[in-house]
Amino acid sequence: MAPRPDPIDPAAVESLRAGLEEAAQARLGRSLAIRHVNTGSCNGCELELRALHGVLYELERFGIKFVESPLHADVLLVTGPLTRNLAAAMVQARDATPDPKWVVAVGDCAVDGGVYRGSYAVLGGAGMGVPVDLLIRGCPPSPGTILAGLRTLLEANLN
Amino acid sequence: MTTVDAILRDAPAEICRPWLRHILRHDEWIALAQAAVAEARVLVALWADTAKVHALFLDPAGLTIIAVSTPAEAGSYPALSPFLPGAALYERMIHDLWGHQATGAADVRPWLDHGHWLLSQPMSTRPGPPGQPGQPGVPNYFEPGDTMILPLGPIWGPLDEAAHLRLSVAGPTIRHADALLGFTHKGTLALMRGKSPRIAARFAARLSGDATVAHSVAFSRAVEAAMEVEVPARAVALRIAMMEIERVAVHLDTLAEVGRLADSPIVRSRCSLLRETLVRASDIAFGHRLMMDCAIPGGVAADIAESGSEAILRALGDIASQLSSIRRLHDGAALSSRLVGVGRAGGALAASLGVGGVVGRASGYAFDARIGFVSDYGQFAPRIAVRHDGDAAARQHQRIFEIEESLRLIGAALDYLPDGPVTVALPQVSGEGIGCAESVRGDVWHWLRLDHGQIAAVFPRDPGWALWPLAERVLEGAAAEDIDLIRASLALNASGMDL
Repeated sequence: MAPRPDPIDPAAVESLRAGLEEAAQARLGRSLAIRHVNTGSCNGCELELRALHGVLYELERFGIKFVESPLHADVLLVTGPLTRNLAAAMVQARDATPDPKWVVAVGDCAVDGGVYRGSYAVLGGAGMGVPVDLLIRGCPPSPGTILAGLRTLLEANLN
Repeated sequence: MTTVDAILRDAPAEICRPWLRHILRHDEWIALAQAAVAEARVLVALWADTAKVHALFLDPAGLTIIAVSTPAEAGSYPALSPFLPGAALYERMIHDLWGHQATGAADVRPWLDHGHWLLSQPMSTRPGPPGQPGQPGVPNYFEPGDTMILPLGPIWGPLDEAAHLRLSVAGPTIRHADALLGFTHKGTLALMRGKSPRIAARFAARLSGDATVAHSVAFSRAVEAAMEVEVPARAVALRIAMMEIERVAVHLDTLAEVGRLADSPIVRSRCSLLRETLVRASDIAFGHRLMMDCAIPGGVAADIAESGSEAILRALGDIASQLSSIRRLHDGAALSSRLVGVGRAGGALAASLGVGGVVGRASGYAFDARIGFVSDYGQFAPRIAVRHDGDAAARQHQRIFEIEESLRLIGAALDYLPDGPVTVALPQVSGEGIGCAESVRGDVWHWLRLDHGQIAAVFPRDPGWALWPLAERVLEGAAAEDIDLIRASLALNASGMDL
């Protein structure tokens, strides 16, 4: 028998479901497509995003899925400080994303550059390259925190 | 032909604790590197400071280390890459960061500097104006006209690294693979310079998220060696527990990822569930799921929580109870037919590039930094396994074996845990030191020089420096559709070597 750790905060999960039904259905139909963009991450955030994608949180049961191309995405989920070497790629990814082009900055680095602020090779947070709709702090944020952040995004876009 | 020992005997040396660093003339520098190749020694790292270029060689049989330096006279030094292929990426990096030219280098294309920084040669005494944004993707080999070019990255598959692979493909087969990195370069070395070790440790911990504990510990050991500080026994045991927990958690993540790509949802779900169980236990025990910033110079940031040991031991029990069934799944026809023979890395190639870690040990190169270089492990005596197939299946089995061994080491370290303090005060002294640790992807080495308690120069060597050149060679002749599986199986990460 596989071990079953307690799911994170059932209230958060429930309100995500409720938020999705109202907000996402109105604007996006029944699903939310997320394209992850790494703008210089140390891969700590990716480890936690993989956990969020994994079997325990299983985002796809809510219709939230990770997609291969920005062309298929509603949301760009950005990790890492925006390095100068990736600034052009970030802008191209956003340009390729259809509206509403929501951008979520995940992790302290993507929020404001984190410990890398002031480096000759780093512009700062994701906001230095593209407009950002939501900041999710943490180094790295836990899957539960990211999930709660996505819920906020949906609720804020209800109207 | 002269030997390494004969050259070192006559050379002047500086103290680089726990070893000596020998200063060589340019002709001796070349002679030593050639003798090292002839004696089957491995180049571990090549880096620079403002005045000299440094190299670290390892004798994997005798378990000895040699550190040597040569001056960068008028901005140049003799290249090692013509006879040591593993030196090529380092020489390109040294030019981009410090501006020293490797005379006669095999490859002079830029590596980290894509022409977008605020300045060029940022680590030199006199940085230059910004370079020209260029197209770094021009290969240095001939491609016949019928070749199709398949560019991948830097924004890659979901939840992936930022790196660029330029593949030339003939039919379904990859003919050449050319890796271009540097996209995630964050200027880490410049940010660490001039800071105290405790503050600079935050950057060491963020070199690579999957090896945050290993990098923190290697950096801390370099600081402690330079300062000649002894870490309290309780902190030593806690560090071992953290490093082994990290190894188990990241191995489980890789097993899950390879399982997903090899169409085995059951391996993916079981391994990712076990990984989640373990990182939640680390959160309870050490206050952070990945244990980032938990190992610091002088010891560990905080003692293990009261209920920590129990939480971790419970997670270890869950993992132990599932390991044999995960191993059986890998022996089954479905998974083994997908993994056997895929991404085969030869033993000679792994040894010549100095590829340690799972990839090296699954290819017959029996090096593990925990044996011989990390005295902390002494009483726990880690066992290592060596396989010879070198393919994705061998690497999965190697990971399962290492998880099993790490479970034993974590239990032993937590059981032993002596009472006492977990940190020691750091003196404001000058000195030079090297520290190492065995990360989940291979051996991590940190070199640094302290000036009155502040960092004057530093270089971290991530296993990626050896893994990426190996990956280029492994991909040659592979099926283009296997590329994600091969990359996942080699656990290729860019951030640690992008600095």
